[in-house]
Amino acid sequence: MAQQLNHLRETASQTAGPYVHIGCVPNFSGISGVYDEDLGIAMVNEKTAGERIVIEGQVLDGTGTPLKDALIEIWQADSQGLHNSPSEMRGTADPNFTGWGRQAMDMSTGVFRFETVKPGRVPFLDGRLQAPHVSLWIVARGINLGLNTRMYFADEEAANAEDPVLMRIEHQVRVPTLMAARKGDTYHFDIYLQGESETIFFDI
Amino acid sequence: MGNAKPETGAFFPRDRSLHPKAFTPDYKTSVVRSPQKALLSLNNTISEITGPVFGHEILGERDNDLILNFAKPGESALGERIIVHGRVLDERGRGVSGALLEFWQANAGGRYRHAKEGYIAPLDPNFGGCGRTITDDDGTYSLRTVKPGPYPWPNGVNDWRPSHIHFSVFGHGFAQRLITQMYFEGDPLIPLCPIARTITDQAALDQLIAPLDMANTIPMDARAFKFDIVLRGRRSTLFENRMEGN
Ligand SMILES: [Fe+3]
Repeated sequence: MAQQLNHLRETASQTAGPYVHIGCVPNFSGISGVYDEDLGIAMVNEKTAGERIVIEGQVLDGTGTPLKDALIEIWQADSQGLHNSPSEMRGTADPNFTGWGRQAMDMSTGVFRFETVKPGRVPFLDGRLQAPHVSLWIVARGINLGLNTRMYFADEEAANAEDPVLMRIEHQVRVPTLMAARKGDTYHFDIYLQGESETIFFDI
Repeated sequence: MGNAKPETGAFFPRDRSLHPKAFTPDYKTSVVRSPQKALLSLNNTISEITGPVFGHEILGERDNDLILNFAKPGESALGERIIVHGRVLDERGRGVSGALLEFWQANAGGRYRHAKEGYIAPLDPNFGGCGRTITDDDGTYSLRTVKPGPYPWPNGVNDWRPSHIHFSVFGHGFAQRLITQMYFEGDPLIPLCPIARTITDQAALDQLIAPLDMANTIPMDARAFKFDIVLRGRRSTLFENRMEGN
């Protein structure tokens, strides 16, 4: 016998269900007067540094039908590659950029939309620079444990080619599922839950 | 956040055996919404170790009081008055300070205030169904509400959700993000529920069931239930693995 580790077990996940909006974006769901504003709606203000971009897309199920009841959260570095977090030890992030956004899908089209800035590069564990990327977390009815993925920028070819995460993906044929294509100031990023073009989801 | 030093270590790998699998056909919606390919394992980088942290200044006075936060002045929500309280801990057993908890639920009759909701039970004009709070320095939190009613849902022809409160939890890192549901001790619908049963590890399901806590009841006013939430813990950074010269 040895000593006990005494580690607790993480609380198990349960689906966010069809009414996640009530708790996470109540104003969007029509419940007004409880909170002034839904959290995560605004990531930028007029003083935010960096290149303004829009991220837009849909989440599609195995039949190709867009989800209309999902919720997405994104987390990213500022334009200089710093996170607005107490655990960021490399410097102080832009105080005018939250780095975190939360959006529900449009209830009729299933389109989500984030107004943000293009993130700077963040180091990998060994100090090599990662390509600019946005971390995403997707929850919805029918999703039992929130799905983690990353969005990269298709027009960052050089950075993507040396990204330590992208480089170690065995099935390189799937890398394009993480790439957002640019049109004007908008990056388009669809997330496929299943099928031929299933998005790469991460166990982080 | 208190005065604690920020934590910068990577999170312990997630024990996925205690979580529901993605594909759980008895919960029908999961069938076309479950990824089928293996997840790609990613050692935490700064992008996963960091996360947004929320200050107490975002909170309104009644944000954690669902009995009053949607009610007309002088009125209150209908139903069994309860307090839910507990701590947010990490896997190392330490309280997580400054964690944002958001919660939502049906009213006492089992009806949600939502455009897509079709159950015949009536809305309560004094109940919105959402609330939030931020944990204290030792990870404690509490909220006041009415006990949500069970409700039927279109899955099987006669499936009912046990009484439950949905919880969304932010720790300090994006990798800790969690949404779960709290159930009530003694509810006979729990073992029948296809969503509760997506969790096949009995101890993990038991961890979602809040016991009645008579010691923290407010006599003649509200009963109490205790619900602790455990988020992923992280490695100490004492001997953080760094490439030489870095
Ligand atoms: Fe529910």
